[in-house]
Amino acid sequence: METAFTPIASFGGGLAIGLGSVLLMLGLGRIMGATGILSGLAFPENREEFAWRTALVVGMILAPGLIYAATGAMPELTVPVSPTMIVIGGVIVGLGASLGSGCTSGHGVCGLSRLSFRSLVAVPTFMVTAAITVFLIRHVFGV
Amino acid sequence: MKLVFALFTGLIFGIGIAVSGMMDPAKVLNFFDIAGTWDPSLAFVMGGALLVTFFGYRLAWRQTTPLFGGRFQIPSATAVDKRLVGGSALFGVGWGIAGFCPGAAIPALGTGRWEVALFLVAVLAGFVLRRLLFARPVKSAA
Repeated sequence: METAFTPIASFGGGLAIGLGSVLLMLGLGRIMGATGILSGLAFPENREEFAWRTALVVGMILAPGLIYAATGAMPELTVPVSPTMIVIGGVIVGLGASLGSGCTSGHGVCGLSRLSFRSLVAVPTFMVTAAITVFLIRHVFGV
Repeated sequence: MKLVFALFTGLIFGIGIAVSGMMDPAKVLNFFDIAGTWDPSLAFVMGGALLVTFFGYRLAWRQTTPLFGGRFQIPSATAVDKRLVGGSALFGVGWGIAGFCPGAAIPALGTGRWEVALFLVAVLAGFVLRRLLFARPVKSAA
């Protein structure tokens, strides 16, 4: 299915993603990496580490509701894949991001901004394998 | 106060994810579908986020410590090893299958859609799998 090209909304949203990442560094001295934050919640080191991650995640989860309250519409969310693919993809995402120490937020936004050499390797790697995967699924297997 | 700040920070990040289109798997998968229904919007998300974070980080680091104390905890690892490359390659495969990534799925949970909860449970299963298969602890994010 086609989706609308939204350069202005996407750029504006990107600015806010960046602002959130900068504020977390300025306030708490931490990288805004969703993989690290989630695994810190799943396997907490201590109460303080658990507390700020919980607050951060609660704030994130409140965002769609706030947008709904302000505009009367939930953000666009269309799932074009089957529940089986969500589960298989999710397990691979969890395994891979944990093994590779980061995902789109940690390596993509924060790592590239720090000019981390590891992130400069990680980001093109996952962008390319994602594109190959989508090509195979849609154009070779025709799912 | 620190927790209120963290919540506010999460809210801004989540609004960014929602407005940008990152939480819409149809849009994410189309970004990667260059040979099909290509939608290059998400390049603009990355552009906006990097612009603010690149300069914002450098301003933040002018402080000697973070506002709420402690120290700036910046990943120190520099080695490009099999785990980094293999893990990142796997992550991309999973992202291309499901269309969600963790940072988009957390705010997306707030839409109340069951598919998002299913994805996040699967991600947690993937974390557990990593701990079972590769016992050595991995340094957290990036």
